[in-house]
Amino acid sequence: MDKKFIISGSPHIYAKDNVQRIMLDVIIALIPATLGSFYLFGFGAVRVFFVSVISCLLFEYLIQKFLLKQKPTINDLSAIVTGMLLAFNVPSNLPTWIVIIGSLIAIGIGKMVFGGLGQNLFNPALVSRVFLLISFPVYMTSWPKPIESARQLTDVITGPTPLGVIKESGSIAAATQTGEIPTYTNMMLGNMGGSIGEVSAILLLIGAIYLLYRKVITWHIPLAYILSVLIFTGIFWLIDPTKYADPLFHLLTGGLILGAFFMATDMVTSPTSYKGQIIFGIGCGLLTGIIRLFGAYPEGVSFSILIMNAFVPLIDRISNKHFGEVKA
Amino acid sequence: MEPIIIAFLVLSLIAAIFAAIIYFVDKQFHVDEDPRIDLIADKLPGANCGGCGYAGCRNFAEAIVKNNSLDNLFCAPGGNKTMAEIAQLMNLEAEEKKPQVAVIRCNGTNENCPPKHDYNGIESCGFANFLFAGDGGCAYGCLGLGDCVATCKFDAMYMDPITGLPVVIEDNCTACGNCVKACPRNIIEIRNKGPKNRRIYVACMNKEKGVYAKVNCSVACIGCNACVKECKFDAIKIESFLAYIDYQKCTLCRKCVPVCPTNCIVEVNFPIKKKANIDLANDSNQNIENN
Amino acid sequence: MLKTFPRGGVHPDDCKISANSPIKVAPLPNKVYVMLNQSAGAPAITLVKKGDHVKTGQLIAKGEAFISANIHSPVTGIVDKIDQITDATGYKHQSIVINVESQEIWEDGIDTTNDLLTDIKATPQEIIEKIKNAGIVGLGGAAFPTHVKLTIPQGKVAEYLLINGAECEPYLTCDHRLMLEKSEEIMVGITIIMKALSVKKAFIGIENNKPDAIKQLTSLSQNYSNIEVVSLKKKYPQGAEKQLIKAITGREVPSGKLPIEVGCVVQNVATAKAIYDAVQKNKPLIERVVTITGPNLSNPSNFLTRIGVPINHLIELAGGLPEDTAKLISGGPMMGKALSNTNIPLTKGMGGILLLPEKLSKRLDPYPCIRCGRCAHACPMGLEPFYLEKLIIKERWEEAEKHWIMDCMECGSCQYTCPAKRPLLDYIRLGKNKVSAIIRSRKN
Repeated sequence: MDKKFIISGSPHIYAKDNVQRIMLDVIIALIPATLGSFYLFGFGAVRVFFVSVISCLLFEYLIQKFLLKQKPTINDLSAIVTGMLLAFNVPSNLPTWIVIIGSLIAIGIGKMVFGGLGQNLFNPALVSRVFLLISFPVYMTSWPKPIESARQLTDVITGPTPLGVIKESGSIAAATQTGEIPTYTNMMLGNMGGSIGEVSAILLLIGAIYLLYRKVITWHIPLAYILSVLIFTGIFWLIDPTKYADPLFHLLTGGLILGAFFMATDMVTSPTSYKGQIIFGIGCGLLTGIIRLFGAYPEGVSFSILIMNAFVPLIDRISNKHFGEVKA
Repeated sequence: MEPIIIAFLVLSLIAAIFAAIIYFVDKQFHVDEDPRIDLIADKLPGANCGGCGYAGCRNFAEAIVKNNSLDNLFCAPGGNKTMAEIAQLMNLEAEEKKPQVAVIRCNGTNENCPPKHDYNGIESCGFANFLFAGDGGCAYGCLGLGDCVATCKFDAMYMDPITGLPVVIEDNCTACGNCVKACPRNIIEIRNKGPKNRRIYVACMNKEKGVYAKVNCSVACIGCNACVKECKFDAIKIESFLAYIDYQKCTLCRKCVPVCPTNCIVEVNFPIKKKANIDLANDSNQNIENN
Repeated sequence: MLKTFPRGGVHPDDCKISANSPIKVAPLPNKVYVMLNQSAGAPAITLVKKGDHVKTGQLIAKGEAFISANIHSPVTGIVDKIDQITDATGYKHQSIVINVESQEIWEDGIDTTNDLLTDIKATPQEIIEKIKNAGIVGLGGAAFPTHVKLTIPQGKVAEYLLINGAECEPYLTCDHRLMLEKSEEIMVGITIIMKALSVKKAFIGIENNKPDAIKQLTSLSQNYSNIEVVSLKKKYPQGAEKQLIKAITGREVPSGKLPIEVGCVVQNVATAKAIYDAVQKNKPLIERVVTITGPNLSNPSNFLTRIGVPINHLIELAGGLPEDTAKLISGGPMMGKALSNTNIPLTKGMGGILLLPEKLSKRLDPYPCIRCGRCAHACPMGLEPFYLEKLIIKERWEEAEKHWIMDCMECGSCQYTCPAKRPLLDYIRLGKNKVSAIIRSRKN
């Protein structure tokens, strides 16, 4: 025999996309909002961001190497995405040690206990955020004011988020009188209290358009999610405009855009079929609306996505009609 | 104090109601079962290996009670001891079987049957078998992807990375036959363990003509009939250019081993051969009688 | 608005590097190896013995079983031996080896001229009989005996004839060249099939990456009132029978049923040409067009060559085996079989030989499934390959059957599109194998 040929089953060619590329696309899509947050929140945001990303990478490496005794796979970049999303979900004045605990929870509890990439039931960054929110409520709900606090290195001026103001005062009318409600332009640009990455709607949308263009995400989950929030809050706004905020307010404040485009669409923890994705999006939207209007917390994006994550295996069984499934 | 009493009473009431429901359901849906099934199932090894042809040990026990006989029902992992116990329970006679072991009838090691292609796919003999003839080019030999090892429930097999063939660990093998079913090429056979674990078998499954069999593998059976002529006990048969030694007839005289031109007849656990073949042959004959 | 099938599909790069190379007649080698199991179904039974002199086109093996096809001698020469020859998968099969003589003598009654005969004299029964005698099989790849496919079962009516000119596999160009160079013959061939099936309407489906073929056949179809050329949007696997029917007629073949269930019969363009030869010229199927291609091949070409020619002979004609060739594929890169060596003889079902260099041959290391769902969206049958893979790894065959694993046609779209590079189709094929064994044992 002259030559050893390779034998394998068909197909023999592959699409160019791979897991790293998908993760890299998500990272690229998050960069505009990252830079925006550095401008808005200053050094605090830079610190939280890098601590979170580096510790997530480190924890993944250490857990795989020493606990699971596997070949570390941090080169798939998924830990960086988790780290970035975790940083996006916490305030910029969060102490470094809490960020490190958060990273450990995200990677350790959110991902590795399930068996690593692709196996986790819940979005790791959100698991960690909710853990921190419940464990360290004071740190997690003191929101530095953007731009003003960016100029300060030591003392940060904190204030509530717009959704928090409403929850405090009980109605939108009362909230407006406090003078803490930013204008829509400021909400759009991100000049309001909130987590590092969630404030600037416009920069997140730039990233989202990139993801849609690269076909990393499809329109199904974000659209279903946002539309159902808009409709749900819209109905209550029409019933009583003095008590409930208008849908646009709900769209631009809190983590809705970040959640809808970047976290609910996480491939591992969302349904695979388009039909299932729409159901998933609507479920997230309704839960977000209910928590925001009637729940104890001012914001419900993280909780609603986590709750819906739990339903994914069930939603996945609502399978599509397959080819040839026609009436005889 | 009052809330504690209320909680205590409410929960006690709930517990009582559920207890009543459970009692009722248990009575209502009680299935009368032959008590011998449980007794037999207790005797069985409980590995649920499926070697007997039933899904699990309990199904096997049910089958014994249902048929009320032990014909064609044998628990290989439990062996004669277990079967004797079961027979006693059922007041039946257990057929004594000689201890058996799985035997790999292929010696196409990487050296004897060098790889001619580079397989690049999932680790499954079942898939590789219908994709192509195998890295060695032999359409009858071991594919070396370890379906048998994966299916073994008794840790009795492993893949030898140097030879590329599976190895049976005799002490662990219960002759359950799962590897026989897993192998897409029927290389593995359950054979009698033999006296002192000594066995002779043809380590080849190649049914091609000798010329073609030799192309891929240096230790292939070429169907030359030399062993058949040598065997005085009529234990060796050649069918489509492949010799097969019937372990029921073989007396382990080892005369066929040296005559094989391709060394495809394998002897295991024999002492290293000295000059006097005949003595040893007599010796092993005696062993059989002693057993 | 270009037609296509609605669900799934992928868009691999075209790579039709041999599209502009006209069909060349390949010279004959010294020996040809005619396999007896070239078609789907039972192998043919040999009619010749060692030392016999055979003429080109002479019947040398007869397909006795219901699903089986006749085999004719592709050359003139002496039967050297009847022996086991390694086929594409490395397994050995009975073959007739013929030493080729330089002087070619054709079997009596075969019209070897190039004249176009448009007048169809044969009756429908005669047509099917002639197709059967000529040993024609589907030349698209599956090699299913054509006469069986053209025999409409009792109680069914064929409404449309669909001619598959999609050639959706990358690299392959044999059907494309045939449509350009033998378009007249194809049209007559289609008319013959229509007569045999007594259908009123025929469609030729061609993907829009072959505009010249669409143009040429459209202009020819002006002369044939009931043949229509349908331009299809380029998407793999358009050439799959059920997908082609869906794309052209909008009808969906029920799961587990044949196309005749919705009144359609699908034939490949090359088969239509072979039917023309058989019915009008009495010429049995002894030659076909083969694409020899590869990214590093010096001279990718389309050859008109005889069945049984060893493929290394054809590779030599196309410029020789490139140094870095690591994988030989019979057929296209999506569904083709990897070959074990270059001595394999050409069979009726081989439409192309693809030589892939080292860097395109090795599979990449698989990552864990990230549940992106791309495989499910790419699956033209609407299955969930990632889920099937998990079921098969866990050996849950019955559940896999409930998830329609037997509807998989192994087009490879799932594995092609998987960003984690998982061997999805390997597992699904393993699962299909096991599940079909379970189904068979259930019937017994």
